[in-house]
Amino acid sequence: MAHEHKLEIFRGLLKFKSNTQKIWGVLILLSIVTAIEVVLGILKPEWSMVPVLGMKLLNWIFIILTIVKAYYITWDFMHMRDETKGLRRMVVWTGIFLILYLIFILLQEGGYVFDVYSDGYIKRDF
Amino acid sequence: MSTAVAEGKTWGGGNQPLQASYGKMMMWFFIVSDALTFSGFLAAYGFSRFKFIDSWPIADEVFTHFPFLHGVDAPMYYVAFMTFVLIMSSVTMVLAVDAGHHMNKAKVTLYMFLTIIGGLIFVGSQAWEWNTFIKGDYGAIQTEGGNILQFGKYVEQDGEQVFKRVAVRDIAIPATSKERVQHERKNGLWYVSEGTLPSYTMDEVIHGLQANKDVLVRTQIINEAGEKTVLSREESINQIMKNGKTVVEGANLHVNEYGSPLFADFFFFITGFHGFHVFSGVVINIIIFFNVLLGTYERRGSYEMVEKVGLYWHFVDLVWVFVFTFFYLV
Repeated sequence: MAHEHKLEIFRGLLKFKSNTQKIWGVLILLSIVTAIEVVLGILKPEWSMVPVLGMKLLNWIFIILTIVKAYYITWDFMHMRDETKGLRRMVVWTGIFLILYLIFILLQEGGYVFDVYSDGYIKRDF
Repeated sequence: MSTAVAEGKTWGGGNQPLQASYGKMMMWFFIVSDALTFSGFLAAYGFSRFKFIDSWPIADEVFTHFPFLHGVDAPMYYVAFMTFVLIMSSVTMVLAVDAGHHMNKAKVTLYMFLTIIGGLIFVGSQAWEWNTFIKGDYGAIQTEGGNILQFGKYVEQDGEQVFKRVAVRDIAIPATSKERVQHERKNGLWYVSEGTLPSYTMDEVIHGLQANKDVLVRTQIINEAGEKTVLSREESINQIMKNGKTVVEGANLHVNEYGSPLFADFFFFITGFHGFHVFSGVVINIIIFFNVLLGTYERRGSYEMVEKVGLYWHFVDLVWVFVFTFFYLV
């Protein structure tokens, strides 16, 4: 069975010569992203503390960087890049749709419960 | 081609509509369902956090330890190390899969071995992390309502007043005679037992607080600057005397010296569930490793089994990336 790998990342901007080389390339990318996360987490720079859409900008940066890491782990380590479109969509969109739905509902509800407490209607009920 | 032949081709078996073997596709479907389980946990964590958004523990202040560096304030360095170990073992796994494609038994063996070592280092680190969290650090006072009051004082550091935590054991003045001993089956009612008593009583802590004039109390409430609120000296003594109920050291499923017990519950549950995945991943990897050694896949002519456990192993890494973000960073 032939195993063909797509050897380019960043939409063809970076092309590797072999699969092994691509693996090391992705490792470097993931390490850089993790290092940025850790440095930001320790320094907590002033500019990143502004609230954006109900959360600190820093937290949004963390979440986006996490999704970037997840993308490269799935696409290159788990070889999602080489699977057919059908399989890829089946796995990715099912997961993303259900997870977003769940997160929306639970965070909305959590925020509501917080408001009920802080507005003082109920002190401790549940 | 007649319809009968076409039908035979489509429905007669041996067909791979998604160009993936049955086993690989089922591994993907398992991963989707497992991903939903984990996101259920993380979303529940988010729910509880949003519910107590103004009093949730700050992770940087909870996970500050590094092995062999006692007393050094090192927030996040150790988890960063753990993350790197797991990513590294993911890399050796994908290298093993790649070597499998080239039917290179020696290389598959080596990379599988390195993957297992990486997994073991990670599980060990997690055990250490749990141990540190359970043992606790400074201790705190729990109030009647279940809130946490911590101690600390302002010290001069580089010309600035910085709030430094003070441990309960450093301020408490032990009473000369203990009036309360732990109830045991052998010296009391044989059918009831009692958990371990706190190391200090409230009276000992109150005496200690009165004797140490510079010690202040810090509450769970996060102020506008994103820091926990520090009370005035008067208010500190008042709070401890009026509301303090018991001394708490470390964390378990009922109490947590760092703040909301829910934080500890979710920490144990989610990292525990993830650690269980890593552990089972290591066991599966070991089984496959021995199969590689015995030449099972060499004889089968395909190392696809390595690819399948590889998918699972990468998934474990993927989950950790999210756990790392939502427990330690955000």
